[in-house]
Amino acid sequence: MAFAWRSRVCALRHCSITGAPGCGPGAKGECGTNNPNAIEVRNLTKRFGEVVANNKVCLSVRRGEILALLGENGSGKTTLMNMLSGIYFPDEGDILVGGEPVVIRSPRDAYALGIGMIHQHFKLVDVFTAAENIALGLEGGPVIDRRALARSIREISGRYGFDIDPDKKVYDMSVSEKQTVEIIKVLYRGADILILDEPTAVLTPQEADRLFAVLRSMRDDGKAVVIITHKLGEVMALSDRVAVLRKGSYVGSVETAQTSPQALTEMMVGRAVALDIDRPEVQRGEERLKVVDLTCISAEGVTMLDKVSFSAYGGEILGIAGVAGSGQKELCEAIAGLCPVQGGAILYAGQVGGVEVHENLVGKSPMEIIKKGVALAFVPEDRLGMGLVAGMDVIDNMLLKSYRGSRGPFVDRGPARALAQQVVDRLAVVTPGLTAPVRRMSGGNVQKVLVGREIASSPEVLITAYPVRGLDINSSYTIYHLLNEQKQRGAAVLFVGEDLDVLLELCDRILVLCGGRVSGVVDARWAGKEQIGLLMTQTGKGDAQ
Amino acid sequence: MDSLINLLVAAVLAGTPLLFGTLGEILTEKSGNLNLGVEGIMFMGGVAGLAGAYYYERAAQDPSGLLALLIAIVCAFLCGAFGSLIYSVLTVTLRANQNVTGLALTIFGTGFANFFGEVMAGQSESGYAAVGDTVKAAFAGIHIPGLSDIPVAGRLLFSYNILVYLGVAAALALSWFLRRSRKGLSLRAVGESPQTADAAGINVTRYKYAATCVGGGICGIGGMYIVMVTCGGIWVHDCVGGKGWIAVALVIFAMWSPARALLGSLVFGALSIMRLYVPLGIPTQLYDTFPYVATVLVLVFVSLRRRRENQPPASLGVPYFREDR
Repeated sequence: MAFAWRSRVCALRHCSITGAPGCGPGAKGECGTNNPNAIEVRNLTKRFGEVVANNKVCLSVRRGEILALLGENGSGKTTLMNMLSGIYFPDEGDILVGGEPVVIRSPRDAYALGIGMIHQHFKLVDVFTAAENIALGLEGGPVIDRRALARSIREISGRYGFDIDPDKKVYDMSVSEKQTVEIIKVLYRGADILILDEPTAVLTPQEADRLFAVLRSMRDDGKAVVIITHKLGEVMALSDRVAVLRKGSYVGSVETAQTSPQALTEMMVGRAVALDIDRPEVQRGEERLKVVDLTCISAEGVTMLDKVSFSAYGGEILGIAGVAGSGQKELCEAIAGLCPVQGGAILYAGQVGGVEVHENLVGKSPMEIIKKGVALAFVPEDRLGMGLVAGMDVIDNMLLKSYRGSRGPFVDRGPARALAQQVVDRLAVVTPGLTAPVRRMSGGNVQKVLVGREIASSPEVLITAYPVRGLDINSSYTIYHLLNEQKQRGAAVLFVGEDLDVLLELCDRILVLCGGRVSGVVDARWAGKEQIGLLMTQTGKGDAQ
Repeated sequence: MDSLINLLVAAVLAGTPLLFGTLGEILTEKSGNLNLGVEGIMFMGGVAGLAGAYYYERAAQDPSGLLALLIAIVCAFLCGAFGSLIYSVLTVTLRANQNVTGLALTIFGTGFANFFGEVMAGQSESGYAAVGDTVKAAFAGIHIPGLSDIPVAGRLLFSYNILVYLGVAAALALSWFLRRSRKGLSLRAVGESPQTADAAGINVTRYKYAATCVGGGICGIGGMYIVMVTCGGIWVHDCVGGKGWIAVALVIFAMWSPARALLGSLVFGALSIMRLYVPLGIPTQLYDTFPYVATVLVLVFVSLRRRRENQPPASLGVPYFREDR
């Protein structure tokens, strides 16, 4: 093992001496300059089997600057940063810290060099306090000096403007507090190069602003900060410089002050893209769904939905905004019949025998609700968890919703195959074949299959939760287009989303949830981000309209 | 009053093997390993402890009771640790299913101990493997002049054999280790979230092996107690008889706290000897069910509690793969 290891290191050294083509001294890019770079990578390449995740990437981060690393999904941003933080080992290329070539084998090596990464999924122990998490894994005497630890945590917090209680347990913390613990953990280990992987994905706009203030004060303290993101708004607001990756290759970097979102998008995608999301004007139709005083209490006894009331109309997209865990999931599941309801009613306007009636969906089985024309496409954090079976192919996943329709004891795959082919063709799903397990497809394609299947049943009410979660710009626009089509067809579309910019551009009205209550419903044409951000954190008086 | 003291003293004596088993399993489970082989490991420790003391006594010219006690402790610990080493290799290195491995270890340990116990008995002149009076005396209750003579308190606190005090000391030491020490914090992190521990530079595999083997050793001492104290230094076929399973249940009763394990083993010790001290006029078979009924009630009760600190280690029973690291 150790032997093989040494030979890998030799290969690495060899490469740096011979200087592979790409961006050695004198070549384009910034590798050859004599800037006081905190960290620099030269010709870094990483392959996973056949796939080249990073191809001869060159990049430098200066002390006292915030660099935004921009790129679509699968462009290799996280892979690149994982090589700096010791999670992956590069196949080729050099990493220089403070001008010296280094070898980073593990997160521990990275810490020793002053590199700290804050991952998208926090690495914290829930039942430990903030202080215990920060001290975890550090060298020292047999007993932890908790008083000294708390003192230095407070000292770091004071210097950068954090607000944290060292004795608070992680399970009692909000997402932004957990992130703070992660950042302090990295700073406590003496990091002066900080890498943050999509840090704002789970924050409210106000929390994100606070984070940005902290990052700016770190920059002013002379630290190098790298932030991985695909939100252009943040790039423009926060960074000093932007580096763009596309399909694993380094495209270039620009000073933020000298660029625009449009130019950055073109760098990222490789061609001009219209950034505006369409919002077709459609005559608002009938009231399809009327939710009255809906209350849900979880198995743990926590009130997840508290007297939620609203209406959804045909021909409109109703956005649902809120901090993660504000009751979005329970609302979707309650309407689809998957979550027990403690109080209130879900009235569904449909036709029974040609007569318009309002029916209460509460107490009906999920199957009955689907038959009435309510479809749910929910994309959870792990993307595959709900709606599709990872080990089954596209056809069988289509069959999941329709096999009950056929007669006899045998399964008829014919119609499902036709439907699968239709979804794959229309949505340009990239798949090794209709009979390959969906887990082998990339996240975006899996989501297209899920949304495509739900749309195929021509629902009266379409509920989509996070359908663009983790998708790149092109795939996201395909999904937005599909939702607009459903709106134009006259369906009532509920769109649970994370990105406020998207919600504001796509939806007609936005309902904001906070702690399981409706804190407001705003008209997306006139509302601002700040207004929604405020509603996300405070429970208003709260009924709909 | 006298009968109450008698009951309490007997409860402590009967609860001590449970205490050792519980402490060992708490340490094991804190590393995320659910070792259901406690019963088998106690058997292994029991026969090894007896064999150590028995053969030492036969080999020595002038056997010392204290040395025999030490040899019994060391042999029981090593044999218990060996049983857990088998478990660790299978579940940590080879990633076998923890439940199945634990059950197999119980069957293996029971057979192992009964086999060697019978071999020892068969080779002896008397036809049964028993230690002599000198060694037996080392496992009897101590008498501290002055302290042991205090009325009531003397009997309640200063009349037990050395292993009882060793058990209490082990519980306090384990409690301190888990709550206060740096290594204890790392061990708990391994049991809660091995990914986090790994990212923090903690060697997950090493911690799992160490905790499981030391935990198994402590369980083994519990088995040795059954043979040397409860059975009086004679090998009795199937002597552990389910105490290992009660220890597994006690871990849940104690909610993974060594201090609460002290209380739990006292309660369960009392339940297991109640028929001798508290006449209720019911068949003895019903008395024998008490510990098991209590176990069921405890399981139901504990599952109703919702404090996060009282939950099992989050990754308990889940093997850890570093995956694409």
